[in-house]
Amino acid sequence: MSLFKYSPAPESRAVVNIASSYGLFIDGDFVEGTGTPFKTINPATEEVLSQIAEGSVADVDRAVKAARRAYVKVWSKMPAAERGKYLYRIARIMQERAREFAVLETLNNGKPIRESRDVDVPLAAAHFFYHAGWADKLEHAGVGNSPQPHGVVGQIIPWNFPLLMLSWKVAPALATGNTVVLKPAETTPLTALLFADVCRQAGLPPGVVNIVTGAGATGAALVSHPDINKIAFTGSTKVGKAIAREIAGTDKSVTLELGGKGANIVFDDAPIDETIEGIVNGIFFNQGHVCCAGSRLLVQESVHDEVLERLRKRMAQLRVGDPMDKNTDVGAINSAAQLGRITELAETGDGEGAQRWSAPCDLPAKGFWYPPTIFTGVTQAHRIAREEIFGPVLSVLTFRTPAEAIEKANNTPYGLSAGIWTDKGSRILWAASRLRAGVIWANTFNRFDPTSPFGGYKESGWGREGGRHGLAAYLKQGEQS
Amino acid sequence: MSRLSIRKTYKLFIGGAFPRSESGRSYEVLDKEGNFIANPAMASRKDARDAVVAARAAFPGWSGATAFNRSQILYRVAELMESRRDEFIDEVSLCEAIGKGKAGKAVDAAIDRWVWYAGWSDKLGSILGATNPVAGPYYNFSIPEPVGVVALIAPQDSSLLGLIDLLGAALTTGNTVVVLANEMAPLPAITLSEVLATSDVPGGVVNMLTGRTKEVTPWLASHMDVDAINLAGVAAEDVKALAMEATDNLKRVITPKPRNWLKTPTLEAMTSLLEVKTVWHPIGV
Repeated sequence: MSLFKYSPAPESRAVVNIASSYGLFIDGDFVEGTGTPFKTINPATEEVLSQIAEGSVADVDRAVKAARRAYVKVWSKMPAAERGKYLYRIARIMQERAREFAVLETLNNGKPIRESRDVDVPLAAAHFFYHAGWADKLEHAGVGNSPQPHGVVGQIIPWNFPLLMLSWKVAPALATGNTVVLKPAETTPLTALLFADVCRQAGLPPGVVNIVTGAGATGAALVSHPDINKIAFTGSTKVGKAIAREIAGTDKSVTLELGGKGANIVFDDAPIDETIEGIVNGIFFNQGHVCCAGSRLLVQESVHDEVLERLRKRMAQLRVGDPMDKNTDVGAINSAAQLGRITELAETGDGEGAQRWSAPCDLPAKGFWYPPTIFTGVTQAHRIAREEIFGPVLSVLTFRTPAEAIEKANNTPYGLSAGIWTDKGSRILWAASRLRAGVIWANTFNRFDPTSPFGGYKESGWGREGGRHGLAAYLKQGEQS
Repeated sequence: MSRLSIRKTYKLFIGGAFPRSESGRSYEVLDKEGNFIANPAMASRKDARDAVVAARAAFPGWSGATAFNRSQILYRVAELMESRRDEFIDEVSLCEAIGKGKAGKAVDAAIDRWVWYAGWSDKLGSILGATNPVAGPYYNFSIPEPVGVVALIAPQDSSLLGLIDLLGAALTTGNTVVVLANEMAPLPAITLSEVLATSDVPGGVVNMLTGRTKEVTPWLASHMDVDAINLAGVAAEDVKALAMEATDNLKRVITPKPRNWLKTPTLEAMTSLLEVKTVWHPIGV
């Protein structure tokens, strides 16, 4: 079946104004970095968008010092209600400049404009709005009568949801009275740098938010800096473990949001139309660059053929291509390196005997692309059933009994997300209570909200983000006597 | 002529049974004058691994039991401890080289601590859970769940109360536990395992090892099927290396903090051994 013919409907990029180069945002000003500058590109076209400063060890130190000064002199002394009002201002400015953020995010990340416009940016603003209200109510956060901030928080965020992950990190940190040094991902710094301008417009005191761009070395300098009180990291389990090792035996607090290999379980009584949409949303949303993606489909054997037939039909309708086109469903892979990792891991699926099927689609000549792909006949031992691919690749396994579904779903070192598709309420609650994962989506998938705690069991991380539970991670109890 | 007393053989407690160490080893425990008290088992790496297997096997049952059921079982432990109160006082007094009065205070506090924890199991869900008002047509709730298998290196400054303070937190939250008892004062812990064995606590929910802290702890810290480790009884200079070992499977690590064990614990004793699970479902007709 072929796609309907749509005329191109490109979003205008006139709304953004990208500078030819950016420095580091430290103590309320953009300053020169002392590392080696690097280029940031549009992964859909490979066009160079700007040149970005690399934060050196000395730059990180400068940023931490600015954050410490702001913490001691301004932010920790400010009445909590006033702190909250800054967050409300930030939320409002992000809403006012939403289109600018959405376009910039799509240009730098490669995700469809439909997603950055309808998901990333509204949710990012909502996170600030939600946490703004917490600022003067922290004694109700469940960590005792006089909860205290940690102090200076080092935050490292990934490239898959650049602005949204920034807001997940910065909003609760500021609401609880901490100050921040944030390192955006190497490949997606632009919306974080635009956020610096939001801080300027909001009149946020200098040093409360500092943004230091760079790659792994900059992040490592931040993690090991002796005057950081808490680390918040979202990224791979490998780097998360390295951070955990680095801070082991120190007084630093840490939260880690790491990888996943989420099981999306389809029982034989699942509502089929919703299920197919849920499977597609679970693995092809954001090109599968989602730590909580439903990357393992567990289908009850009796409905396997029907589900797969419907799924292939639906996948053939996905519009893959120009992320700036408002009709696009699946955009560009974020980087050449990530495309390489996806390609290599998917090839092990072929090598280990799984059957590959990709949606028929014309991929653009320039940029980084991978077609929506499923592997059937996958066993639990296959690498594509155990390792996070972080791309638009779905591994399909089968089960016969509900108990087998749970056992297979839990059989990974990860424990971030899981999906349940069934019309039977008691079965949903039965399965939800047995799945060892921090977020369970029943008859839906990939839903996010500032009020809803998010985070993983086992090797998917430490702690939660969002809701009262996420807020608590930025507070410590008053000293026990 | 006075009667020659029958001494107790102090053994390990694994999976509800009382084996000696598979290694065949024991070590001598002395009182403060250097007199012989007992030869408890010196647990090996294999014993530690067996204990983890038993704790894992017991996890579905214990974590899946109703909170009310767990509450009653923990209260039952307090009942049986009370009936052996004098024995505990003797052992604490002997092992910690403190007077009977001080030992009595510790034992009473330990029994009361069980009661305190017994009362928590069916309150935690209401205190720590939430329904989250998401901006959309979804019902969304968060509940606390046990982290899994917990390794507990019992504190060295308190042979019974300190252990029970930390063990109760792990059990009321639904975790199963491998305890490495106070190294030089292990007798109250072993007697506690005899209480646990007769208190309706299912076999494997608590497994009690005695032996050398420095020898056994690294095996528990690096074990890939242990979900959390409390390093309370570890020497300060060993904490960093053990915490690093624990990162291989990202165990939740609880580092030692000085504590007045007579003081009521904070909620954090329990929240540090809990995960939060959030469930979404659409609302519609």
